[in-house]
Amino acid sequence: MTIKDRTAIAGIGQTRFAKSLPESELAMACQAITAALDDAGIDPGEVDGMCSYTMEQNIEAEVARNVGLGDVTWFSQIGYGGGAGCGVVGNAAMAVATGQCHVAITWRSRKRGAATSRPWAQVSNRISGSWQWSRPWGLLRPVDEIAMLTRRYMHEYGATRDHLANVALASRKHANRNPAATMHDKTMTREQYLDARWISEPLCLFDNCLETDGAVAAVVVSAERARDLRQPPAVIHAFGQGLNQQHQVMTNYFRDDPLMGPAWTCAKVLWHNADLTPGDVDVAQIYDAFSPLIPLSLEGYGFCGRGEGAAFTEDGGLEWPDGRLPTNTSGAGMSEAYVHGFNLIAEGVRQIRGTSTSQVKGAETCLVTSGEGVPTSALLLTAAR
Amino acid sequence: MSPMIDNAPLPAVDETSQPFWDGTALGELRVQRCAACGTRRFPPRPMCPACQSLDVEWEAMSGRATVWSFIVPHPPLLPAFMPVAPYNVIVVALDEDPALRMVGNLIADADASINSVDPATITIGEAVRVVFQPAGEEIVLPRWVRA
Repeated sequence: MTIKDRTAIAGIGQTRFAKSLPESELAMACQAITAALDDAGIDPGEVDGMCSYTMEQNIEAEVARNVGLGDVTWFSQIGYGGGAGCGVVGNAAMAVATGQCHVAITWRSRKRGAATSRPWAQVSNRISGSWQWSRPWGLLRPVDEIAMLTRRYMHEYGATRDHLANVALASRKHANRNPAATMHDKTMTREQYLDARWISEPLCLFDNCLETDGAVAAVVVSAERARDLRQPPAVIHAFGQGLNQQHQVMTNYFRDDPLMGPAWTCAKVLWHNADLTPGDVDVAQIYDAFSPLIPLSLEGYGFCGRGEGAAFTEDGGLEWPDGRLPTNTSGAGMSEAYVHGFNLIAEGVRQIRGTSTSQVKGAETCLVTSGEGVPTSALLLTAAR
Repeated sequence: MSPMIDNAPLPAVDETSQPFWDGTALGELRVQRCAACGTRRFPPRPMCPACQSLDVEWEAMSGRATVWSFIVPHPPLLPAFMPVAPYNVIVVALDEDPALRMVGNLIADADASINSVDPATITIGEAVRVVFQPAGEEIVLPRWVRA
């Protein structure tokens, strides 16, 4: 038994995105959730399922009594930061498919713009857990942790900064077409990319995602119910999570093959439970806290061979409309907003509906992925058939 | 200038990691070895993933290794690291078993700061050896110099 095609995303909602917003995280969560329910045409009193990230600061009980939800019979949270997003929706889909609830809301609300809100900046002077084996030597931030893998990747496979620039520039071009993107009005040239200041060599400023305040929500119901609602359903064709053998979160340097990350494990279950293959995917939203996660994920999800992810980005490979795989068509984390990857799910739904600002013509299948470098998750969304 | 970094985060030594830090204080670079099946592992953890034994021994390594990867962090950083930025962080692969890797810094000599080596000269694969540098009252950190 699988959940193939049994559930769908019937509504999406989001706040505006900005470096700093006056609303509280709770107010933003409520705004995004009510917008998603309105998009679906479902009354808040019908909601009986809830799922978000373990890092979400708004607990279910507070959200439920603000939004006016009914009696909730299923609630859960998914761990590992940016790796959680598709897992939040996928677990809600499993709960709906197994009858634990009927209308599930999923969301992420985050005030990230203030420098003091950055988790790495709140490190105490005594480090416990796995980070005690990296932070004392000055390997402090997520960007440092991914830069270490990136340097090795470049060394093993001949990837260059030009390849990483391809990722950043594709996202920026797409954001320039998306009025909701915080970088809508800011173009970027390859020269600007190459001249940008270092953050952690070999990664520069534009290899990093944005810091954003904002919230995004999605409503999950049965595929049958979704057919009768306001919007064309984005059917959850397949869903996967991945925690690969001997993985250490973020500082994944200690397994035999550190460049083979959780995406590889997630891809196994995703494609196993799907009727589709990577060649059937029309458009992708690939988690992009850092640009090198795109080539690593392209390899993990099987769009190219090992070490070929960088070359895949060449000649506009990721760009709308003619790239071999238009990727991150809203601008995603690097140029739309960084809402822990949940905005990528909303963009995946828009592609299936045909309403993206960089719409891939006739798109029927969209892969959405969550963070690589941490235990992760992915969704394969399709149009109703 | 002292190589010590004021207020740098330090490991919270616990029952699992204590023998590693006892080792560095004595000038030994130790890794765990499963007392049941002999499989080495690092970073330290309670159970052997190969045979599920909780019985552990500690084995001193030669301290010879090669650079597996490296980065050069620039600001914004934790305040403690701002005065030494940009500096390097390396991951080394131990000669005894290249799948055993450790995070460290490449420094010019045992008393030098983590910004003492020109990052443009660091190469993946170059040979290094461990040195031990006090970091605060109780902790001695392993760092690395060119072999």
